[in-house]
Amino acid sequence: MKKNVVGLLFCLLAWGCVAEEINAAAISTEQIQIEEISSEQKGLEIMQEVDKRDLGWGDMSTDMQMILKNKNGDEHVRNLRLKTLEMLDDGDKSLSIFDSPRDIKGTAFLSFTHALEADEQWLYLPALKRVKRISSSNKSGPFLGSEFAFEDLTSFELKKFKYNYLRDEVVDNVDCFVIETFPQYEHSGYTRNIVWIDKERYIPLKTDYYDRKNALLKTQTFNDYQQYLGQYWRAAKTLMANHLTGKSTTLLWENYTFRNGLTERNFDKNTLKRSR
Amino acid sequence: MVLKAAYITWVKIWHDVVPVSRWQYLWLFFCLLPIQPLYAWELSGYVGIEDLAFYEQPVDSRQHMNYLSGVIEAELYHEWDNGNQVFAFVPFFRGAQYDSNRTHFDIRELTYVYAAEEWEFRFGIRKVFWGVTESVHLVDIINQRDMVENTDGEDKLGQPMINFAWIQDWGTLDFFLLPGFREMPFTGVEGRPRTQPAVSGDQARFDKNGFARQMAYAIRWSHSIGDWDIGLSNFYGTSRDPIFLVEQDSAGQVSIIPYYQNINQTGLDVQATIESWLLKLEMIVRVSESDTTFATVAGFEYTFFNIAETGLDIGLLAEYLYDSRGLIAPTAFQDDFFTGIRFALNDVQDTQILAGVIVDSNTYEQFYNIEASRRFFENFRLEVEARFFNGASPGDRTYSFRKDSHFRFELSYHF
Repeated sequence: MKKNVVGLLFCLLAWGCVAEEINAAAISTEQIQIEEISSEQKGLEIMQEVDKRDLGWGDMSTDMQMILKNKNGDEHVRNLRLKTLEMLDDGDKSLSIFDSPRDIKGTAFLSFTHALEADEQWLYLPALKRVKRISSSNKSGPFLGSEFAFEDLTSFELKKFKYNYLRDEVVDNVDCFVIETFPQYEHSGYTRNIVWIDKERYIPLKTDYYDRKNALLKTQTFNDYQQYLGQYWRAAKTLMANHLTGKSTTLLWENYTFRNGLTERNFDKNTLKRSR
Repeated sequence: MVLKAAYITWVKIWHDVVPVSRWQYLWLFFCLLPIQPLYAWELSGYVGIEDLAFYEQPVDSRQHMNYLSGVIEAELYHEWDNGNQVFAFVPFFRGAQYDSNRTHFDIRELTYVYAAEEWEFRFGIRKVFWGVTESVHLVDIINQRDMVENTDGEDKLGQPMINFAWIQDWGTLDFFLLPGFREMPFTGVEGRPRTQPAVSGDQARFDKNGFARQMAYAIRWSHSIGDWDIGLSNFYGTSRDPIFLVEQDSAGQVSIIPYYQNINQTGLDVQATIESWLLKLEMIVRVSESDTTFATVAGFEYTFFNIAETGLDIGLLAEYLYDSRGLIAPTAFQDDFFTGIRFALNDVQDTQILAGVIVDSNTYEQFYNIEASRRFFENFRLEVEARFFNGASPGDRTYSFRKDSHFRFELSYHF
């Protein structure tokens, strides 16, 4: 009987210890969760500020040159004209017109982006005068043979990602927040991206892209920012370097104009057919 | 006419500035063209050299094994008023060895467009495309097909028109007035591929003559609703696709004569774009004085994007083609299956391959079509097409073409 009581006591003691351990474990996960929530929260808040500071530009028109370079240094150039309409409760609408290579001159691409649902996309083929509705499932494929995937070039929408604040870091003498972003839309080619956000201007300076196997695939750097309308920062040059293939693509942006009075009518199939 | 209007505008402007004679006005006009801002006037286009190569002896000894030709298409384009007014002039010329029917000039476009917030006015010689499917284009009816340029029927002759588009939240309503009927051009006796005997285009017959033959009218409603792109159209006038009358004269000489009916054609084209699926449907009901016929094509295209992160897209296509006229239909595709595969490498050279076969579900005759293209040195493009006819027995639709399997190479320089 006594033995049993002692045995029971040991059991209880032992149970107590285990319970304490369990409690301690519970507390530490809770703490980690709190930290995670706060780093998620902090990441989101920083990106909300990025988003907020870039609201209200209305519409935008610009010329873009793409310079594709392979690892031997051979260059190929593409010229595009882009028009974008800011949509307040939805993703932006954009129209891209290709000027070169000359064999696809006049080809135009109309896109209605959405945060989480599939984008709506149409391609205009000038030789046939044909407008083709195309699938927008192609997020990870290359745009015009460049190192930019379709998903790298669509408009930034807050809801497209989940965020996680990692640390502060100085990049080229600029204080930055380092934030991990996780794509929430379907068909992304990335597990996550890491973005360096300038603490003062709330604009990205660098992005690392991690492929589906979570290996570092590409690095994008944003250079020569200029401010428009006293508020909106736009890079005049961005470089996308592919670490696996050694190829790179440079985008050069010129002739930014804002608030040109564009309406949704400038982003419909009738306008697409008129584009050259 | 548009050029003339532009000239008159310039004359008016310059009349106030400098007192000069009529001829000097014209001289001034051409001198001033290049002074306009560079973005305003644009010249682009391509020149190309083509080879059609056959590897079987022709059915008709007047035909040849190899055909060379050269082509040029230019576009003079001008937009002003923030792109709300557009002028375009697109002349086209192909000079061909042997077949004089294939040496042809056409004005593909000579057009003026005015775009307002809720409507567009489009005037002049233009090209219009309607439809969604790949193997045939049933609904597409505004322009005549340029069948001497390429037998795939993707090339079209310019059509004079007045087109008013009314653009509303519920879609776009297009009204077309189409003066000037253009007959289908046919390969001549020396040309290949062709029917045996060659179509006697110069003996063409018509339901109507004069004004009734020349005028056509069309209306089309089109809209995008979520995943769906829908078009509903009606055309009244002389059919662009003739039916063919086979006649034998007293000497036993057979001739094939195109016969253009006066028709009322109602067409529907629908595409649903869901994830990587494109689901496609086209159908037409065609009413002529002699009969009412129905034709449809329905199918899908499914694409595997960016396979193994190489950038390669592979698309699988399948379509079923039906025409209620059955064996008397002017098309070879009256109860046929089309299957195809599309490769897009999405590389710097934009390499693309589309390979397909259409099989007749009754006679099992087959038509294979492979198209590949690739860019070279920034401004050159090489297209290779292979077309094979197989399995046709005497009396079958493609029997005329049994020896006409061929390759087509075109190298073009784009400026």
